[in-house]
Amino acid sequence: MSELTPAQREAYWGRTSRLMWIIMGLWVFFSFVIPAFAVQLNDIRIFGFPLGFYMAAQGSLISYVVLCFWNASAQNKIDKEFGVAED
Amino acid sequence: MANQTSKSFVDNLGKIYGVYAGGFIGFVIILAILEQMGVPNRIIGYCFVFLTIGVYAYIGVISRTSEISEYYVAGRVVPPFFNGMATGADWMSAASFISMAGGLYLAGYGGLGYVLGWTGGYVLVGVLLAPYLRKFGQFTVPDFLGVRYEGNTARLCGVVVLFCASFTYIVAQCFGIGIITSRFLDIPLEIAIFVGLLGILVCSMLGGMRAVTWTQVAQYIILIIAYLIPVVWLSIKLFGNPIPELAYGQVLDQIGELEKKLGILKPHVAAYVDAKGQFSWVEFNNFWALTLTLMVGTASLPHILMRYFTTPNVKDARTSVGWSIFFIFLLYFTAPAYAAFAKLEVYTNVIGHQISSLPAWVQNWSQVGGLLTIKDANGDGILQLSEFIINQDIIVLSMPEIAGLPYVISGLVAAGGLAAALSTADGLLLAIANALSHDVYYKMIDPHATTVRRLVVARLLLVVVAIIAAAVAGTRPAGIIQMVAWAFSLAAAGLFAPLVLGIWWKRTTAPGAIAGMVVGFGVCAYYLVGTRYFGMAEWFGIRNISSALFGLPLAFLVTWAVSLMTKEPSKQMQDFVDSIRVPKGELAWARDAVHD
Repeated sequence: MSELTPAQREAYWGRTSRLMWIIMGLWVFFSFVIPAFAVQLNDIRIFGFPLGFYMAAQGSLISYVVLCFWNASAQNKIDKEFGVAED
Repeated sequence: MANQTSKSFVDNLGKIYGVYAGGFIGFVIILAILEQMGVPNRIIGYCFVFLTIGVYAYIGVISRTSEISEYYVAGRVVPPFFNGMATGADWMSAASFISMAGGLYLAGYGGLGYVLGWTGGYVLVGVLLAPYLRKFGQFTVPDFLGVRYEGNTARLCGVVVLFCASFTYIVAQCFGIGIITSRFLDIPLEIAIFVGLLGILVCSMLGGMRAVTWTQVAQYIILIIAYLIPVVWLSIKLFGNPIPELAYGQVLDQIGELEKKLGILKPHVAAYVDAKGQFSWVEFNNFWALTLTLMVGTASLPHILMRYFTTPNVKDARTSVGWSIFFIFLLYFTAPAYAAFAKLEVYTNVIGHQISSLPAWVQNWSQVGGLLTIKDANGDGILQLSEFIINQDIIVLSMPEIAGLPYVISGLVAAGGLAAALSTADGLLLAIANALSHDVYYKMIDPHATTVRRLVVARLLLVVVAIIAAAVAGTRPAGIIQMVAWAFSLAAAGLFAPLVLGIWWKRTTAPGAIAGMVVGFGVCAYYLVGTRYFGMAEWFGIRNISSALFGLPLAFLVTWAVSLMTKEPSKQMQDFVDSIRVPKGELAWARDAVHD
C-alpha cells in the first residue's frame, strides 16, 4: 500500500509527534535542567570529577548521541508499522 | 571517477578511506623519523601544510563534475556513516578545533556552554528537520522556504539570512586558516590568509558538493587523528592512561591545588562564578542563553542542513544525524581534557619560572600577531600568572610545544586545524554560492538558464565570495569563537522558526513566516550591531554572542500571530506538507511550483 487514508495519516503523525515531544523533553532535561543545578551537583564526585562539571563535559553529550540514534530507530519502527518506510 | 559517482566507488568507500588513514599515519611516522634525523622544524611544518592541502586538491580535482545534481547534492548517494564524517568536518571548524579548548582553558566551567551548545543541536536537527528536508529533496534551504511559503519573497529572506550568517562564519574560518599558515609557513597573516584561500577553492570549485563531501571525509580523518594524538600522548605521559577523558578527573584535582597555591579566585570547575569566585546570575543566564543559541543555530545553519540533502533516502538522513553527532562527540568530549592538560602544563612548567629560561615556543608564538604576550611587570625576572597573557586561539596549536612533545606533533595539530577550518570554509562557501546561483540567479533572475551557464555562475560566485571573505578576515574583525557565535545567533533567529513551523504547523502562512523571519533576524542583528559597534547597553546582561535569545522567541511569536491573522494555507499546500511528513511516496507539489 502506498497511500495512507486521512485517519491513518493522522495516527502516523500523532505517533511521530509523540516521539518528538519525548525526545525534546529529554533534550531540555540534559541541556538545561541538569546544568541549572551544576553548583549543587559539583559537590558530588563521580570517577574523580565533580558531577556538575562531568555532566556538561561528557554526560549530556553521551545522552545526545543516544537520543539521535534512538530517534532514528524508533521512527523507523513507526514507519514500518504504517507501511510508509522506503523500500 | 567518472562524471557520475559510480556504484563501485561508493561500495569501496571503507577500503579507500581505510588505506588513506593508514597512509596518513605512515606519513606522520616518516616525518617523526626525519625529525629525529635532524630535519629542521620549518621543513616539517611545510610538509604538513602543503601535503595535506595537496591531497584535498587531488580529491577536489578528480571529483570535478558538470552534473547539476552531483554539483549541488553529491548525486544523493552518500552513505549515512560517511555523511556523518563529512558533517563532522563540515561542522567542526577553526572554532571547535583551534579555539574551543582555549576557551575552556580560560573560562573553565563557563566554557562548557560551547561544548553543550555545539553538540545538543543535532538532536533538534535529527528530530525536527533533517528527515523532512531530505524528503523535500531539492538543492538548498531557501528552496524549501520558497516552495513552502509560495514565492520569492520568502526565498529571498532565506538567502539574506543565510548570507549574513554564513559570511560571518566564513570570515572566522579564513582568520583561523591565516593563523595556522602564518605560524607554520612563517609568512605574514594577511598573505597567509590568501594562501589558505587557494586551499579552499581547489576543493570546492570544480566539483561542488561532490568534491566537498569526499574531501570533508578525508579532512575529518586528519582532524580527529590530530586532535586525539597529543591528548592521548600527554595522558599516557602523565598518568599512564591512554583514555584522557577518564584520566583528567585527576588533572582537575591538581589544578584545584595549584589554583589555591597561585591565589586564583575563580576555580576551573566552579559553575556560574564571576572573577571573584562568587555565584553570579549574569553568568548563569549567559550560560543557558549561549547553550540555547548555539543549539538552535546548529539546526538553522544551511551548510549543515544541506549535508542531509545528500543521503540516498529519508531513513539514511536520520541515521546520518546519529553518526554526525557521534563523530562530533569524539572531539567535543576530548576538548575539556585538552584544556585541563594545557592548564596543568602552564601552571606547573611556565608560571613561576625564569623568563630568560622559557622554552622556544614562547618566542615562536609571541611573533604571531600579538597572540601571546609576556611582560615582566614587576621586573623580578620570574613569570607571574598576571604577566602571562595567552590568546585562546593558540592554546591548542601551541600545546604540544608547551608540553615538550616532538615538533612533528605540532605539525600534525596544525594540519588538523587546517583541515577543520578548510572543511568548514568549503561547506559555507558552497552554501553561499549555491544560494546565490541557484536561488537568486536561477530561480529569480533567469529561470531559463542552461545547466552549463548555471554552473559557471555558481563557480564564479564561489571565487568572488571567497576573495571578499579573505579580505575581510585580513582586517581581524574579532576573535574566531566570537564571530562564529554571531553566525549562530543570526541563523537561529532568522531561519529556525520558518523551517520548523513550516513542517510541524500546517497553519503557518507565507506572510506569517516572512514577518517572523524579518522580525527575528532584525531584532537579533540590531542587538548584535548595537552592542558591538554603538555602545548600546546589554539587555538583562546577555552578551551579544547570544543575540538570538531575543530574536528567536519573537520570530516564533510573530510567525504564529501573523499566521492566525492571515488566510489559512491552501488545500494543496497542506497536502504538500502532509507529503513531506511521510518518508514514502511522491511529493504533492502545490500549484505550479517549479521543480527540477
